[in-house]
Amino acid sequence: MGEAIVVTSGKGGVGKTTTSANIGTALALLGKKVCLVDTDIGLRNLDVVMGLENRIIYDLIDVAEGRCRLNQALVKDKRFDELYMLPAAQTKDKNAVTPEQVKDIVLELKKEYEYIIIDCPAGIEQGFRNAIAGADQAIVVTTPENAAVRDADRIIGLLENSQISSPKLVVNRIRTNMVKTGDMLDIDDVLQVLNIDLLGIVPDDELVIKAANTGEPTVMNPESMAAIAYRNIARRILGDTVPLMLLEQKQGRFKRFKKFFGMG
Amino acid sequence: MTVKSNHVTIKGIKDGLVFLFDDTCEFGALLDELRYKLEHSHQNILTGPIIHVDVKFGMRIVSDEEKEALLDILRQKGNLLIRSVDTPGMITEEDTAKIATMCGMVRSGQVLHHEGNLLFLGDVNPGGTVTCTGDILIMGALRGMAHAGIAGNEEAVIAASYLAPTQLRIAEIISRPPDEWENRETSMEFAFLRDGQMQIDKITNLLRVRPDLNVFKGV
Repeated sequence: MGEAIVVTSGKGGVGKTTTSANIGTALALLGKKVCLVDTDIGLRNLDVVMGLENRIIYDLIDVAEGRCRLNQALVKDKRFDELYMLPAAQTKDKNAVTPEQVKDIVLELKKEYEYIIIDCPAGIEQGFRNAIAGADQAIVVTTPENAAVRDADRIIGLLENSQISSPKLVVNRIRTNMVKTGDMLDIDDVLQVLNIDLLGIVPDDELVIKAANTGEPTVMNPESMAAIAYRNIARRILGDTVPLMLLEQKQGRFKRFKKFFGMG
Repeated sequence: MTVKSNHVTIKGIKDGLVFLFDDTCEFGALLDELRYKLEHSHQNILTGPIIHVDVKFGMRIVSDEEKEALLDILRQKGNLLIRSVDTPGMITEEDTAKIATMCGMVRSGQVLHHEGNLLFLGDVNPGGTVTCTGDILIMGALRGMAHAGIAGNEEAVIAASYLAPTQLRIAEIISRPPDEWENRETSMEFAFLRDGQMQIDKITNLLRVRPDLNVFKGV
């Protein structure tokens, strides 16, 4: 039996889909059998970020309503043999499926795959309930902003009332220089409020935007700081102890380099 | 005997009668007036088929003997069947002595309500709400909203190890930091009302505001 992990946040635009795509790909990189499930019906994005949009034939709604078999709807990734994606429908809305239907699909996938990463839509309505229905674990994504932290807190409260016991936190889009000047919340501020286990921190990286537009998950590019962060997160999911990335030191090294040339 | 004052109000409800007893007069006056009303002025209304009766004492604190004396008068009327006796005063008396302890975390969107005094071990996050008819004492950070004395008790206080709320309410008074509060130190603090204004002070000064709380005096 595999493990189903839902990636959720409450607030939109904090990087749920990017996180889902990159964690999924990173797990595949580590040789795991992974299936990504997009539950953002009506506003699907995961296929675009993965660069698999043009390969979609059937979607989650088709499976739920019995128009096709589950295997027919799964899209195989172009980079990995063991990475698949179940796309959401773009035509319907969140109410087109019930939590029970999603749960059945996830249960079926768990027989076949080691990790099922479920990309949750923003909000706390039907779409959210669908996404968490089949999940065993949850990853809450937030950015170091008060609004995102507030919504993440709400989501954690809702998750604690569901069957999912202890959600894990990913703090996305950290800008070290802004944290230093005190213009951005730092990790400790976020953790103090949310008070859940930290799974990883991801620095803000322009390469992520570039990667999303080209349909190539960032994690494939080892040059990117964000890629390293996502790979670390994947290793922590597998149970490895990986120390948190030292964002400061990276910059420090760069500064030292600049200093060496008399620029800093 | 004629009773001019009206300490006993008899109200008809859908399925019975409600006896409202004034909670500001002497208890003896209540007994006299009740006896008078049952035997004289309202005699004709109160005889006949069996009627369910709800007894309400308001905020009065009644002892068991007093309560029995009053109920005995009602019981003498065979057709009055006492269905409930509402004595919020007695409940408050018990509750002020006690303090309920709760533990956990009030997250955004969650509401914790308690009747009486509450000791909460944990954090209240922004967007979370704690409401209480009595005092709210928080061992942890109060970053959300706390409303003490929600039923109108202006004596209620709100204390927290880390007091950084989005809003504080005591009884009917609403206050928000920082424009209404003066500069504070970073020790455990509590909020209280003075002349209808929210005030913040160090926890050690709680005694000045609430001398009724148990006081520990070292030897």
